[in-house]
Amino acid sequence: MSVLVVAEHVRGELRPVTLELVSAARDLGGPVAVAVVAGDPSALVEAVDVEGVDEILTVAVEPDAFETDVVQAAVEALIAEREPDAVLLGFTVDSMGYGPALAAKLGLGFASDVFALRREDGGVVAERSFYGAKVNAEVEFPGHERVVLLVRPTSWAPSAGGGGATVTEVAAPAVQSRARHRDWVEVEAGDVDITTADFLLSVGRGIGDKENLEQFEELAERMGATLSSSRPLVDAGWMPNARQVGQSGKTVKPKVYLALGISGAVQHLAGMKTSGTIVAVNSDPEAAIFNVAHYGAVADLFDVAEELEKLF
Amino acid sequence: MKIVVCVKQVASLGDEVEFTSDERDVDPDFLDYALNEWDSYATEEALRLRESSGDGEVVVATVGDEDAEEAMRRALAMGADRGIRVWGDGLAGADPITVARALAEVVRDESPDLVLAGVQSSDAVQAATGTALAELLGLPRVAVVTKIELGDGTATVHRELEGGLLDVVEVDVPCVLTIQTGINEPRYATLRAIKQAEQKPIEEREPGDLGAPAARVRRMFVPPRGEGAEMLDGEPAAIAQRIKEIVEERLR
Ligand SMILES: Cc1cc2nc3c(=O)[nH]c(=O)nc-3n(C[C@H](O)[C@H](O)[C@H](O)COP(=O)(O)OP(=O)(O)OC[C@H]3O[C@@H](n4cnc5c(N)ncnc54)[C@H](O)[C@@H]3O)c2cc1C
Ligand SMILES: Nc1ncnc2c1ncn2[C@@H]1O[C@H](COP(=O)(O)O)[C@@H](O)[C@H]1O
Repeated sequence: MSVLVVAEHVRGELRPVTLELVSAARDLGGPVAVAVVAGDPSALVEAVDVEGVDEILTVAVEPDAFETDVVQAAVEALIAEREPDAVLLGFTVDSMGYGPALAAKLGLGFASDVFALRREDGGVVAERSFYGAKVNAEVEFPGHERVVLLVRPTSWAPSAGGGGATVTEVAAPAVQSRARHRDWVEVEAGDVDITTADFLLSVGRGIGDKENLEQFEELAERMGATLSSSRPLVDAGWMPNARQVGQSGKTVKPKVYLALGISGAVQHLAGMKTSGTIVAVNSDPEAAIFNVAHYGAVADLFDVAEELEKLF
Repeated sequence: MKIVVCVKQVASLGDEVEFTSDERDVDPDFLDYALNEWDSYATEEALRLRESSGDGEVVVATVGDEDAEEAMRRALAMGADRGIRVWGDGLAGADPITVARALAEVVRDESPDLVLAGVQSSDAVQAATGTALAELLGLPRVAVVTKIELGDGTATVHRELEGGLLDVVEVDVPCVLTIQTGINEPRYATLRAIKQAEQKPIEEREPGDLGAPAARVRRMFVPPRGEGAEMLDGEPAAIAQRIKEIVEERLR
């Protein structure tokens, strides 16, 4: 089963998910080609030349920054030429902009947020979750000889070592870009750097109201913890951007991560699942956060917070 | 300015689950329904764009059975003008590419100036329908948008990347944008607006040719717990005591 992996990069740097995709591709068996679509793809060749990669396809495009039409046209041309059985992309913001379009246009099998893959009777079986990550599903692609899969970051260990893949230059197709990169804007740095804290007390939508936030600010101070949160509290303007843990926020790895009222959505877990010790309090015994927590308590977070106040 | 917003009625599970007899989905008796969180932000954004342009129309489109009208009524109560509901064979539990095909025909018929969808639906987390729809409509698109400024024939938008980095993108209009939470503060529908929404028209449509499904669920199951968490039992006081011990030990 031949696999085409599309390398991801931002501002000249390869994103780690690329090497994880190589590992995922190896699970399917067969030759693995990695496409590098970039302003100067040769600068990224060495980084993707890892164990399990047979060929590196370089496509030089304008501009270097991701643009949907440009990348989609390049990948489409590679699919037509190489006829891979599977195309693996990261479940990332860039891929969300063109992966589903490839499937719709070319009539391919499709699934996203895939975290396990195998071959069965010549076809691909993918695993993903539904309903707030509370149930998993095996997904199949009947009638499709080719699939596009968006793979959940950090589900596979990155491939390393190796080297010596064949490098082939491929010409970029001419395309009119209808959504053009103009600039980068970085998130403003906050008053604290949550990525260096040893102990994070992290609150989620379970705290209910803005008025309740003060209680947890005080609790964090008593416990000697730094306060962080899930995204909805930042969206609502209750917490500053710099305190958000997760895919679109900060990746943290404290010694202790104490999560109160956080469900454990995949984008939240992406930012904290490698923490030293994860302790989760949630009133829902089926909350997905318990799948990554080392210690869990099914309880009302306010009751537990009140008791913690007495102890610290 | 005419804007179509794709809205989905999403399902969530409580703390109990049973599956249908073919094991391909959860038994509906165990599901609760609501308007997708991302779609309420998309609806709000459409309403604001309509308001600042002075006139126009916001049309909400959904693929779903009759019960799914409840979620669409929420969007109508926020201020959308009318709804279109698409339903027919092959759409129950459909993959996002199939849903996009069902939406494409009705959206094309509306010839909107702008199409908005949510980044993702909370129950399926495909983050795919809006982008697939754009392709089928032949429109440019930007996924994961946190700011929109309309210009002349183009829009300048913020595309939110991992780590919070923003990509400022200039996109030709008409286009499809998938809207991220936090872009605005969705308004609450007043009781009066909810009542009025009952009177707003919802057109029913059947899908055209849906083609072959892009995927099929073979089996759903409760994930194995793995090593899982060590559960702290007892009263809140006992739980708090254990948390204190764990924290003190790990931070030593
Ligand atoms: C592209 C993209 C990027 C994203 N990036 C991020 C990110 O960086 N970080 C992030 O966090 N999210 C991110 N998200 C959002 C993510 O999908 C979830 O919506 C979010 O993480 C949910 O936050 P939550 O767990 O606080 O809220 P919910 O999912 O609403 O969970 C609240 C939890 O609180 C529990 N609860 C309620 N009341 C109580 C109580 N009294 N006691 C105990 N427990 C209680 C509930 O059982 C529930 O489990 C992103 C989404 C997208 C699409
Ligand atoms: N059944 C549906 N009806 C209307 N819009 C939908 C439907 N499913 C998905 N969408 C739209 O596509 C977005 C992304 O959903 P998904 O691709 O399922 O994660 C949602 O936020 C909606 O805007």
